[in-house]
Amino acid sequence: MTATALLSALTAKVRHTAHRTPQACVCAPEGVLADRDDATVVRHGDTVAKAHAPGTDPGELAARLKVAAALDGILLPPLDERPLPLHGRLVTLWQAGTPVDRDDPDAAPWEAAATLLAHLHATPPAALPHHLPDMRGPAKAARAMRRMRDAGAHPAAAPVERAWATLPAWARAEAPAPLPGLLCHGDLHLGQLVRTPDGRWLLIDVDDLGLGDPAWDLARPAAWYACGLLPADEWTRFLTAYRTARGPALPPAPADPWPALDIPARALTAQTAALAVAKSVRENRPLDEIEQAVVDACDRMAALPPELAPTPTK
Amino acid sequence: MQCPKCHAPMHTYNRNGVQIEQCSGCRGIFLDYGELEALSRVESQWGAQQGPPPPPAPQAYPAAPAPAWGAPQHGGPHGHHGGHHGGHYGHNKRHKSFGHMLFSS
Repeated sequence: MTATALLSALTAKVRHTAHRTPQACVCAPEGVLADRDDATVVRHGDTVAKAHAPGTDPGELAARLKVAAALDGILLPPLDERPLPLHGRLVTLWQAGTPVDRDDPDAAPWEAAATLLAHLHATPPAALPHHLPDMRGPAKAARAMRRMRDAGAHPAAAPVERAWATLPAWARAEAPAPLPGLLCHGDLHLGQLVRTPDGRWLLIDVDDLGLGDPAWDLARPAAWYACGLLPADEWTRFLTAYRTARGPALPPAPADPWPALDIPARALTAQTAALAVAKSVRENRPLDEIEQAVVDACDRMAALPPELAPTPTK
Repeated sequence: MQCPKCHAPMHTYNRNGVQIEQCSGCRGIFLDYGELEALSRVESQWGAQQGPPPPPAPQAYPAAPAPAWGAPQHGGPHGHHGGHHGGHYGHNKRHKSFGHMLFSS
């Protein structure tokens, strides 16, 4: 099974689904939205087909699709709750949406992202239509560390390893996450939001959805802010919107959010740095300014054990 | 009240009997009319009573809004300076980090 054969089969599938009949159409040619080791995504007309990572557990994916179908207004629902086998991969079908504009930081939907997460986290796990496995955030962070180690030697690997070593076992996917687990997205970033034709923002990508520490979903923006990559006002907008929507991952304002965020934000910083180091080894180039900022944060956190930040005096 | 610079909520703290509003986002401080003078007065009274050397001021500010391992502009051991609110962001760096880093796993 070659990547090209999968892409052809996926393209035929999405075209057929978009039109319900195999006749010729006047749509623009198919667009390949992503073609990575862990996912191939093709769009045709108003329909998107995703081939999930090789080795994806069919039962777990089906459970995640059922939950997405049930959480109307939070997660983009699948067109069909059953994943389809295609050339050795599992394929799901979705309505196409408009992604966040990468070239316009001012238009980033921080409030919508935070509000969707607050509603996701507040969904009682007992109310879900299907039991879910663990949220896969820690497993993804551990996988990023393995990628860095497999890529080969790099001077920046040492501070990333030291930062990783400050984390408790659960954050390194070496022990179960603390209970109670709440419903989490598991891989939140700005590529995980789309706007529907009626103008609503929804979360996409159910692959890492599961039960765990909801602070994990806030930790990527938290890490970007801590690394100096996200301005304070945008971080504050995100944080304020999450609290306004009564998201359960954080204590209400004005309590310090960092005791809850510290460990997941450290893990996401190490994960981001590990992937950046692996990429720079693979491409035989130095770290760029942004990647270096994340490695520098790892270097600083390695000197500071994770501990609860002091609470405000008031 | 909201911070006039970054629009985050401001919280009231009592420092030596003087009410101070501090922004939860950028850590900037707002003083009402006469409060700076009141602070100076308290400080000089404290010095007169105790004589040198003055002890360190009690920790009356809230915890930094970023972790101690955060980038230097946020505070932590690498630079505590309240009132700064991300003005170090060059337009290009902001665009670059936004498109480059904020969209990937």
